[in-house]
Amino acid sequence: MHMADALISPAVGGTMWAVSGGLIAYSAKKVREEADDRKIPLMGVLGAFIFAAQMINFTIPGTGSSGHLGGGMILAILLGPWSAFLALASVLTVQALFFADGGLLALGCNILNMGFFTCFFAYPLVYKKITGGSLDKKRVMIGAVTAAVIGLQLGAFGVVVETLASGISELPFKTFVLLMQPIHLGIGVVEGLVTAGVVSFMLKARPEILAAAAQRQPIGVSVKGALAGLAAAAVLTGAALSWFASANPDGLEWAMLRTSGREELESSGKLHGLLGALQAKTAFLPDYGFRKPEEAPAAPDGEGAPAPAWPAVDAGTSVAGLVGGISTLLMTGLIGFALRRGKAAA
Amino acid sequence: MSELGASLVDIGYMDTLAAGSTPLHRLDPRAKLLTTALFIVAVVSFGKYEVSALLPFLLYPVYLAAEGRLPARYLFKKVLLVSPFAVMVGIFNPFFDGGVLLRVGHLGVSGGWVSFASILLRFLLTVSAALALLALTGINSICEGLLRLGAPRAFVVQLLFLNRYLFSLAAETENMTRARALRSAGKRGMRFGVFIQILGHLLLKTLDRAERVYRAMLARGFDGHIRVTRGYKIGRRELLFFFCWTALFALFRFVNLPVMLGQAVTGLLK
Amino acid sequence: MSHHIVEAANIHYSYPDSTAALDGVSFRIGHGESVALVGENGAGKSTLLRHFTGCLFPSSGMLKIDGGVVEKKNLPAVRRAVGMVFQNPDDQLFMPTVFEDVAFGLLNMGVPAAELDGRVMAALQTVGAAHLRSRPPYRLSQGEKRAAAIAGVLAMAPDILVMDEPTSNLDPMSRRRLITLLKTFGHTKIIATHDLDFALETCERTIVIHKGRVTADGPTVEIFNDERLLTASSLEKPMSARAWPQNRLKTS
Repeated sequence: MHMADALISPAVGGTMWAVSGGLIAYSAKKVREEADDRKIPLMGVLGAFIFAAQMINFTIPGTGSSGHLGGGMILAILLGPWSAFLALASVLTVQALFFADGGLLALGCNILNMGFFTCFFAYPLVYKKITGGSLDKKRVMIGAVTAAVIGLQLGAFGVVVETLASGISELPFKTFVLLMQPIHLGIGVVEGLVTAGVVSFMLKARPEILAAAAQRQPIGVSVKGALAGLAAAAVLTGAALSWFASANPDGLEWAMLRTSGREELESSGKLHGLLGALQAKTAFLPDYGFRKPEEAPAAPDGEGAPAPAWPAVDAGTSVAGLVGGISTLLMTGLIGFALRRGKAAA
Repeated sequence: MSELGASLVDIGYMDTLAAGSTPLHRLDPRAKLLTTALFIVAVVSFGKYEVSALLPFLLYPVYLAAEGRLPARYLFKKVLLVSPFAVMVGIFNPFFDGGVLLRVGHLGVSGGWVSFASILLRFLLTVSAALALLALTGINSICEGLLRLGAPRAFVVQLLFLNRYLFSLAAETENMTRARALRSAGKRGMRFGVFIQILGHLLLKTLDRAERVYRAMLARGFDGHIRVTRGYKIGRRELLFFFCWTALFALFRFVNLPVMLGQAVTGLLK
Repeated sequence: MSHHIVEAANIHYSYPDSTAALDGVSFRIGHGESVALVGENGAGKSTLLRHFTGCLFPSSGMLKIDGGVVEKKNLPAVRRAVGMVFQNPDDQLFMPTVFEDVAFGLLNMGVPAAELDGRVMAALQTVGAAHLRSRPPYRLSQGEKRAAAIAGVLAMAPDILVMDEPTSNLDPMSRRRLITLLKTFGHTKIIATHDLDFALETCERTIVIHKGRVTADGPTVEIFNDERLLTASSLEKPMSARAWPQNRLKTS
């Protein structure tokens, strides 16, 4: 469920970056306060373990498909939420860099979807509540499956909300939710079973490791504080960024309209008119509120140039766009080629 | 080759690329990180129906690949490999957005197809720039850059350890899965029970290794702080790189060059 | 102050699950000596080595290094005096590049940045690995890894070099190079190894450990010629010593 840069807007990507960045900084502080030097290599090596583990697949009986470990829950159980969050964030960072799995801008979204919900919600509020710190096999099983399912459902929902809030994809909310949630229900059950399996393996092989991990109780009032801080940070940066994204570029496009004609039509008022129509058709879009601040400043010029002009696109501009686009491609290719040749000759 | 082996070779190859010695490789990682970040923000900040104005941005990844002597075909293949999610989500646009947006002669192109094309183009741009950044810099220098840009040390150190032990652990995993495959009499899938056993043993090995690494660190005077040293500095070349590209991104972002060019060309033809 | 650099006095150690790993170990090692520590798997060698770096403390008895008792408050001094080369260089080379790995210990010692480069490169040159400086550890051969790990320890200028199975996983050529290298060092050396031929070439003295006790301590040649002792300690006469006549020691 890695999100890609291509599907998100700077406002959403930036907000999520700010939020995950803040969480990483806060977790780093917490880990430092724990002052457990042993954890420094442990976190990194466990991060590498998650990578290696994700490369092994098992066959899901009767389906012909295969499953593997996601790893968030296991990390949280072994390391506690703060360290686990850092470890997961670095796994996702390396995935973004090495495998281009999820983009750099989308990294914030991905860390939130896959790290935050598991480490700070599913683990402390579901898994710990169910197991109650005991290492009873049945409780671990129920706790791990429930927590993994809830964590992944929230994460999947995060993907939906962030994608729709970005407004790049046309998928209606309902369709998207119906696509994402059931898939992740399955993934969640598998993740829970694998987690429970590994935990019971560890209970048999080296019970002292889990006992030590279970004794660590860094979760307390501070998580609530962190959650509140997180919510506040999200609202603030979200508001600031969407104001910036809406007010500034629209202003600039408006200026461009004055200088270079009318080719800005792509992204301002008329577009929102279309979106409005779409929204009316698809009944319920959760990102409506999110979009509103963007719409407001765009409205004046959108209404100024009467909206019915919409389907009647200026064919001249389209052709110019095509011709220009192809020429640009050719030129870029030539520049690249020339650079290469120049190098080779030198 | 197994999937695991292939991704290892892949990471190793990126590493080899990052060990190159072009001026772009030697640039302070901060300059490359910030420029690429700006690039990505500029690219994704366009409206969703924008296609033509995105095209000039191709210059950046093309420049990086050419000037840094990166194998363009390899990078492109990697971009394609990770494209399914973007394609999957984007492919719905044509179904939900049928309003005609573009008219070429008598042919009308719907908004959905245009925004789909835009998604694909954004995807190509952002992913190829990120890959080029990695191939020119290497993960260790990126970490160094992140640290100097103010990322928390605990997080960066973590990233370094992760990267360091990725290879060792992946090799161990490969040995274990191969040992299993050799004794599984040709059955291809892995049963859940066996899977958990392998995973469990891998985890135990990992924990033991972490313990040994920790002891090795203590033996050399580790006191809870990792000190990273690498002599990078922001010089004229870094500033030049950053500001030239920033200026170009600004130009590409606010002036639709392809359309202007096209208008000039079609104007001439008339 | 004793003139001995390492003194173990009746060290006992039991793991938390109460397996006794060391059961009264005593020996003294003087400055500049090269001592091989041999014994079957599980004899207690690794446990003993961990005491040298203060990763474990004796349950009873005492270990003195450089005149100071190995205990919590002495740890920085002990770890400065003892340079430990681990069995698996992958565990020891944890930094991103060879250079940074060698610099790790130096930076922990507070070596100023101006001296850093010189000291790292000097250590790398000693082991013939200067050309590896900017390579990441996972892209080195086993022999190169071993060399880099030794450089990381040498750079800190320890008085005592402790090595755990230094020849494991080395091809014959790398092993030979290591032997030549070790012979050039003036450090006090303690080498735990199963490679008795290696011990014979590099150490004049050998301590045999068996079931947590010292069962023999003396000149290497003498010990490796005592087949009864070797068999009793689950060891085997090294290949290179097979040709010795039984009475060689008496005649020489």
